This record gives sequence, structure tokens and C-alpha cells, in this order.
Amino acid sequence: MNFVTPEIAWAPLAPIIIVLGAASIGVLIEAFVRTPATRRSVQLVFGLVALVAALGTAIAQWVALDGGGTVVQQFMLTVDRQALAWQTLIVVFGILGLILFASRTRAGESAFTPLGSTAPGSIEETLARRRGFEVTEVFPLLLFAVGGMMLFTSVTDYIFLFVALEVFSLALYIMVALARRRRLMSQEAALKYFLLGAFSSALYLFGVALIYGATTQTSFAAVGRAIDVISGRDALLLAGVVLVLVGLLFKIGAVPFHSWTPDAYQGAPTPVTAFMGAATKAAATAALVRIVYTSLYPLEWEMSWLFWAVAIASMALGTVLALVQTNVKRMLAYSSVAHAGFILVAFAGFTEEAVAALPFYLLAYGLATIGAFAVVSQVRERSEDGAVGAEAVRLGQWAGLGKRSPLLAGAMALFLLSFAGIPLTAGFIGKFEVFSAAVAGGGWPLVLIGVIASAVAAFFYVRLVVLMFLTDIPEGAEDSIEVEDGPLAKLVIVVTAAAVLVLGILPAGLLDVYADAAQFLVLPNG
Amino acid sequence: MTSLIWLAIALPLASAAILLCLGRRADAWGHWMGVAASGGAFLVGLGALIELLGKAAEDRAVDTTLYTFIPGGDLHVDVGLLADPLSITFVLLITFVGTLIHVYSVAYMEHDPDRRRFFAYLNLFVAAMLLLVLADSYLLLFVGWEGVGLASYLLIGFWNQKREYATAANKAFFVNRVGDIGLIIAMGLMFTSFGALDFATVAEQAPSATTAQLTAIGLMLLVAACGKSAQFPLQSWLGDAMAGPTPVSALIHAATMVTAGVYLIVRSAPIFDGAPDARVVVAAVGAMTLLLGAFIGMAKDDIKKALAASTMSQIGYMMLAAGLGPIGYAFAIFHLVTHGFFKAGMFLGAGSVMHGMKDQVDMRRFGALRGAMIVTWVTFGLGWLAILGIPPFSGYFSKDKIIEAAFVGEGWQPWVFGGAALIGAGLTAFYMSRLFFMTFHGKARWTDDQHPHESPALMTVPMIILAVGSAFLGLFLAVGDRFTHWLEPVTGHAEHHDPVLPIPVLIAATLTLVVIGAGIAWVKYGRADVPEEAPAASLATLTARNDFFQDSVNRAVFQRPGQHLTRTLVYLDAAVVDGAVNKQARGWAGLGEASRRLQNGQVRTYAATMLVGLVILAAVIVVGGL
Repeated sequence: MNFVTPEIAWAPLAPIIIVLGAASIGVLIEAFVRTPATRRSVQLVFGLVALVAALGTAIAQWVALDGGGTVVQQFMLTVDRQALAWQTLIVVFGILGLILFASRTRAGESAFTPLGSTAPGSIEETLARRRGFEVTEVFPLLLFAVGGMMLFTSVTDYIFLFVALEVFSLALYIMVALARRRRLMSQEAALKYFLLGAFSSALYLFGVALIYGATTQTSFAAVGRAIDVISGRDALLLAGVVLVLVGLLFKIGAVPFHSWTPDAYQGAPTPVTAFMGAATKAAATAALVRIVYTSLYPLEWEMSWLFWAVAIASMALGTVLALVQTNVKRMLAYSSVAHAGFILVAFAGFTEEAVAALPFYLLAYGLATIGAFAVVSQVRERSEDGAVGAEAVRLGQWAGLGKRSPLLAGAMALFLLSFAGIPLTAGFIGKFEVFSAAVAGGGWPLVLIGVIASAVAAFFYVRLVVLMFLTDIPEGAEDSIEVEDGPLAKLVIVVTAAAVLVLGILPAGLLDVYADAAQFLVLPNG
Repeated sequence: MTSLIWLAIALPLASAAILLCLGRRADAWGHWMGVAASGGAFLVGLGALIELLGKAAEDRAVDTTLYTFIPGGDLHVDVGLLADPLSITFVLLITFVGTLIHVYSVAYMEHDPDRRRFFAYLNLFVAAMLLLVLADSYLLLFVGWEGVGLASYLLIGFWNQKREYATAANKAFFVNRVGDIGLIIAMGLMFTSFGALDFATVAEQAPSATTAQLTAIGLMLLVAACGKSAQFPLQSWLGDAMAGPTPVSALIHAATMVTAGVYLIVRSAPIFDGAPDARVVVAAVGAMTLLLGAFIGMAKDDIKKALAASTMSQIGYMMLAAGLGPIGYAFAIFHLVTHGFFKAGMFLGAGSVMHGMKDQVDMRRFGALRGAMIVTWVTFGLGWLAILGIPPFSGYFSKDKIIEAAFVGEGWQPWVFGGAALIGAGLTAFYMSRLFFMTFHGKARWTDDQHPHESPALMTVPMIILAVGSAFLGLFLAVGDRFTHWLEPVTGHAEHHDPVLPIPVLIAATLTLVVIGAGIAWVKYGRADVPEEAPAASLATLTARNDFFQDSVNRAVFQRPGQHLTRTLVYLDAAVVDGAVNKQARGWAGLGEASRRLQNGQVRTYAATMLVGLVILAAVIVVGGL
């Protein structure tokens, strides 16, 4: 037999290799650094260094790929500018998430349970807390999730996409279960997320099998060419396509595959919610873009029906249900469902503008999401004996927050206005770009519904702003809320708020960059 | 320097942000940073002036596009700054007077625990005002327009622990909102007519638009100007705005922000050139307000409210001039600049008086302050001579030109507008002399525990500098028509027209009226004793004292019907709309209930939902694809 040594293009793969390698080393750090406090610092610094290095190499790679340039096509991966744009986005979310993971309250309490394996309220848990245990495994877990998502944005093969999907999903399932407070809810949320995630993964795999049955191919490009050849309508193929898309729509959190979002968002430790809300949506959108534009494009006509239906359902149901929520985290969860709808609006007409608009939209949405949940993590309940407890998530508890902490409430207001798409915030530009892309693709009725949904959605965002600034602190409740000021959380809030504002005022540079990213290179040989 | 003109906006804006973010930590040095930021902006403006002076007159307009806000497509929005003679004039006025007032405030607000916040707002105002005048499009101008409105609101209500001050801030905000709507409508009309909002395109396209379009745009711009510049019928907020600290009244409500309306009209010259009807309305509003303000000023005993009425009246002069078209634009700006100096100087003087008199504002409890505060007396006196229009002080050069220009024309217009301007000069002389004599001359009518004293140097030096400006700036700018030539690239060259009366006659008539007005004031308030309580007044005085019952009129004409309208609407809403909505809401609630039932927390339901969704989507694709 004759073996040929494969030539590996290390440079384009470097960002992913760095992150996944660092995640593996992180596991070793768990084993060899014994003191919990030291371990936390080591993990934080190590994780940050790895993510910054990944960001640096990704940007260097972007520059190296001048105007499309050479594209790696190995191991069922394509590293083109589109992939790099999404990878940098996810690494940035990872950096912000990592910092938020390490944030602590004044009393030195982190967001994670001291020992994940204990039953809530058990003696073991109390003991573990007393002995200063910490689940520092969350740091390598986050790195695994980031690495998996980066893969997810660059993979060009249906089977490998499934592997990447599981890499980041499994890490997320565990992290969701690790909340320090309200642990039962957290574990329940993780279990639900896992079961439903497994269900959707199964649907996806089944879809891949059907597509393989119809085309005998698994790479995006080859499937695309095969679909082109198939004349007439193939029930096997269509069923497969629907199943594959459902798997991705589940990750985006679009109706009717959204049921996990409110429960998982509410139950997960808030830093995890922040990271998951921002990064999962971005990764899933990236994969959806790649599949739709490089593989399923011949089925444009059929798919548009699906996208329109899901987009309308997500915008409508997300908005309506967010209106009736009384819990801040659940409200933001339903708002994320509505945003999934706005994201899908961009796909109307499958224009090139949409490919350029979506990274910006997800960046704006992700920054505001991380910032908003960082704010949520700072508002705590205080019992009558002065002990600071879990996060105050009931809307009523936020009344008069602007008087307790004007800057925190101001930042939250900025994030909410960005969600609502008010001008001079990044959210406005994002929405504007997405809607223009849809109009260019002939999807104006969809845009009309989107604008109406935005107007309705503005109601519940502004309601929270009103609650924070124009409502007085209820009588007798002056001491029931404690506003934390963890320096790390504060850093994240300041950075995201500044970014939301700057991108709202000076978006042109980044828009140009993403316009460059909107070039796909369909694989010549699968 | 013109390419760096954005620094003039960025410096005070950054300073405001830093002061607001650092909070108490910046208390020790924050005010000096505020002064430095404003001073830095002035230096940038000065650099730009020197650069523009070095160019030929027709090249003196440098438009820098900072960046593209929204690229491409039908809606291409650039953010750009325009440095031309008009905008640089404003930049220098705002930053020079602004810096002096910043310095003055360091001492004036010394004992206020929130002095840092005050400087943050003041910096915010300077930044927004500079953005307003430097913007190269109506859209960006509007951003500054709203910014100064916000800063004005924050500063009027700076002492919002007092309820009536907070109310005054709200009033200013609401009335300004009416004007802002005018500007928004004007922008909408411009966008439909010209397809763009930047000054250059508008100027280029304006001649090809119909007169009706231009008149509509012009009238809407006038509404905006009326709101910002306190012109009839939107003038009611200015008197109450005196609730703000006195330096604010000097900077915002005398020298700069309230003149933004005049700037807007002059900047929109290409539109008004094609809309003579709109121009007549502008002039009429100006003439009306200049008389109205003068009458109110005659009856006020509160020194700041009397000065506010005078501001209203003087801006009336500027509006009148702007409404006269090309022959008046330059004089409107000229008067605006000199007025910026002498009125700011007088406001600072009033602040100095209040500083020495424990915040007393009732002129009936002043008197004989000349002896106690000699610097304030001299500087205020120079401002007084300037506003009266006594040669060779500043006001003479600017106001007389407006009176002359108002007498130019045919038919009834020169007689009405010119007459109003002429009578206004006499009235101004009366009420300003009344104010001056009641404050500084006559017998002391102080309350028992008053020990008036001169203010510290940090306050008097800015007053002295402004007084020098009040005295000589007019002469300096008028020699050889320096200022009008400087503005010519923007306002256009105006052919010389002869007034309907010979110019010497007009000058003589003006001066005679001024002397008569001042003389009457001296007899009544300088020589004679002024009663400490306001005497029972005639109907006319009472009317003026109450701002011509503008508040009552507003209440009767707008507020009451507005309330009835809203009440009716609320009733209709409850009875009719809610009736329908409730039925529909039951549907929504039903939907909510159904979805909530699906969101019951059980994984099997969730999975079932997904499965049903999948089946439906598959059906959609199969059926839809057919």
C-alpha cells in the first residue's frame, strides 16, 4: 500500500487548534493544580491567553486571505473569510463569557455550585461550600464550547457538522446544571435542554441519513451539486432537508423549536446564559448560512416557505410571550426567540446582503445579551438579616433600580434599547441591515411583520426601562435589593455598553469588513 | 485646523462623559477640566478661523465628511462637519463666551455640592451646540438641536429639588418639543422634495423646487426656530427658564442656544430665498416678538426675568433681520454676536449682584449698589450702553443696521417693520434703563440683613472681558463692513437699497427715542423713590407683568381642550376601542394560555411541540413547493 502524508495547513486551523488544545490542557490543570483559589486564577488567565491568541491568529489569517485568497479545504473544513468572521465573533463572546464566569460577589460567591455532583441542599454541598471548593471545570468547558462552535461555523460536511454540534452542546448541557443558587431549577433546566437537544440531534442525524439516501453524498458542495441534478421533487430529499434545518433551528431557538429557551435561560447560571445566548445563536446562524448558501441553494423556492413560516411564528410568538413575562431572565429568553425570528427574516430571498448583514446583527445582539445578563447577575435579593441571596429576577424587584445604581440601570437601558433597535445603538444598525437585505430579496411582507413585531417588542423593553427609572422603590423594600459591583462583571458591562454605543454611531468600518466576508467559495471537489 | 474641527466637539463631549462617569472622584478638579475643555474648543475654533482667513473668500467653506453612518442604498447618510464663515463665527462666539462663563461658574457655583455635575452639563451643552452649528446636514444639526435641548432641560432643572424649578424645566422641554416637530416635518418635506438633507444638496436643488414646497418647508423651519429662540407664540418658556443657575441663563438662554433659531433661518437662506411669503412671516414674527418682549421687560421686577424678556425682544430683532432676506442675514448674525457679548455680560452682572445680595432677584429691593460693587456697575453699565445703541458702543452698529434694513422695501412692509424696530429701540432704552437705575442707583432698599459686596476675581474678570467686547466689538467688526464681507460667502452679496426714509433721519429718530426712553426711566426710577412693593398697576402693566397672559392663553387654548380631548379619547378608548380590544384580547389571552399550556415545563410536551412543528413544516414545504 502506498500512504501519502497529508499536507496540513496549520495556519488556517490555528485558531481552532489553540482553543481546543487549551481546553484539553485546562482539564489537566484541574488535575494538577490543587488549591481551588489558585486553580481559578490559573484557569482564568490561561483561558484568556488562549482565546486572545486564537483571536489574534484568526485576524492574522483574515489578513492573509486577502480578497478571498487561498482557502483551506481539508478535513471537511473550509476556512474562508466568512468562517473567520464568525470565528472571531464567537471568540469575542468567549472572552467576555470567560471574564463573566470568573466574576464574584462581594461575599466572594461565584455563580457556580461548589461541587456539581452533590444533591441540592445536601450535607455534602454545605461541606463543599465550607471547604471552599469550586467547579473550575467551567473554564475548560467554556473553551470546549467555543472550540466546538468555531468548528461549527467552518465545517462543510453534514457528518462533521454533527460532531461539532455535539462538542459544544455537551459542554453547554453541563454548564447549565451548575448554578449555585436555585440548583434544582438549574439541574432541571440542564436535563430538559439535554433531552430536547438529543431529540433535535437525532432529527438532524436522521435528516442527514435521508439526504445521503437521496444523493449518496455528505459534503455540502457535493450534496448541492447532486440536488441540482435531481430532477423533479424527491420526497426523501425534502424530508431530509426539513429535518436538517430543524436541527439548526432548534439551536437558534426559533418557534416551534424554542421550548427549551425560557427554561434553560432561566435555570442556567446567569454567566452561562449570557455566553450561551450570544454564542450559540451566532454559531447556529453561521452554520445555517453556510448550509443554505453552499449546499441547499437549489431548493430556494421550497426552503423559503419554511423560513417565512418559522420567522413569522418566532417573531409573533416570541414577542407576545415576552409581553406577559414577569421574570427578567424569561423575558430576555422570549426576546431571544423573537430575535431568532428577525435573524430568519434576513434569509428572505437568500441575498448576498444577508450574508453581510447577519454577522453584524449577531454581534450587536450578542454584545447586548452578554451585557444585559451581566447586569442581571449584579442585582441580588437581600433577606431581612442582610444576607445577600440569589439574583432578583422578578420584574417588580427592579423598580427604582435607577435610583439604587444609575450607571448599572443606564447600561441595562442601553442594552434594552439596542434590543428594541433604537437609533444610535448597534441593534438599530443590525436590524436596519437585516431588514434591508430582506427587502432586497423581495421579502417586504416579512419585513413589515418584523417592523410591527419590533414596535410591539419595544413595549416590553421600554417597560423595564420605565420600571427602573420612573418608578419609585416600593415602600419598605429599600433594603431588599443589593446591587453587587464585581469588578469583572463591571468590566464586561462597560465594554459591552461601549461597544453597543460605538457600533451604533460608527458602524461603517465593520459593515465594510463583513461585506468582504460575504464571499463564499463553493467547494470544487467534495 | 478645519480638518480637526471635530476636536472642538470631541473635547467638551469627552470632558462631560468623564465628569459624569467618574462621579464624586472628580469633584476636586472636575470644574477646571470643564474650563480646559471649553478653552481647548476655543483654540480649535481660533485655528480654523486663521486658516479660513488665509484663503480666498470663495474657498472659505471646508466640508469634512467624518464617516459614513449608513453606507449605500437609497438612504446614504454621511456624518460631516462644515467649517465656513457662518459656522466658525458661531464656534468662536460659543467657545469664547462659553469659556468665560465656565470660569465665572467656578466661583459662582463654588458652594454647590453638585458643581462637578454642573460642569458636566455645561460641557455637554457646549459640545451639542457646536455640533448644531458645525453640522453639514439638517439631520446632524437636529442631533445637536436635541442635544442643546437636553442640556438646557438638565440645567434649568439643575436645582430640581425645588418643585417649581423642575416644572420650569419641563415647560421648556415641552414647548421646545413643539418646535422640534416643526424641524422634523421640515426635514421630511426636504427629503421628499430634494432627496437629501445636507446643506449643499438642498442649496443646489432649492431653486428648482416649487414656491409652495419652499414656503411649506420655510414655515416649518420657522416653527422650529420659534420654539428654540422663544419667539411668538412659543416664547412662554424663556421667563421660567431663569430658574436655572445664572451662568446658564447667560450662556444658554441669552448668548447661544436661544439664537439657534436665527442660525437655522440664516443657514436655510436658499430655501427662504425662494419663499418670499415665508420670509414675511418670519419678519412679522420677529417684529411682533420684539415689541412683546419689550413690553414684558417694562413691567418685570425680577432682574433675571426682565433680562429674559429683553433677550426675547433682541432675538426678535434678529428674526426680523433674517426675515428681510439677503439684506438682513448678515446684520442678524452681527447683532447676534454683539448681543451674545453684552447680554451675557449683563447676565453675569446680574449673577454678581445676586451673589452679593444672597440670591435676591427683586429689583425693588436693590438700589444704590453702585457704591458696593463698582466693577459690576461699570461692566453692567457698558452692556447697558451697548444694548441701548449709544454710539460708539457695540449695539449701535448692529441694531441701527437692522432698523435701516427694516425700512427698505415697498408698500406697507417697511413702514410696519421699520416702525416696530424704531419703537422697539425706544422701549428697550426705557426698560433697560429702568433695570439699570433700579439696581445700581437711587436709594438702598435692601432687606435688613444684606451686606452687598463685590464678587471675587474669578467672576469679575470674565465680566470685564465681556464688557470690553460690549464696548468695542461692534466698532471693530463694523469698520469697513468687515463682518458683512466675512459672511458674504454664506449670506450672499446684498445690493445696497435705500430705506424709505433717509439714513441720517433714521439715526436721529432712533437716538432721540433712545434718549427719551432713558430719560423717562431716570425720572421715574433713578431720581424718584422706587416703592419697595409693586404699586397697584393698570391693566396694561398687569398684562405685561403676566407675560401677556400667555400661560393662561396656552392653558385655555391648548391645555384645557387638550385635556378634554384626551379625556374624550380615554373614554372612547375604554368604551369603543377597549371593547373591541378586550374581545380580541380574549383571543390573545387564549393564545397566551394555549402557548403557556404548551410551556408547562414538561419535556414530553416540548418534544411533542417540536414534532408537531416538524410535521407542519414538512407539510408547508411539500404543499408550498407544489
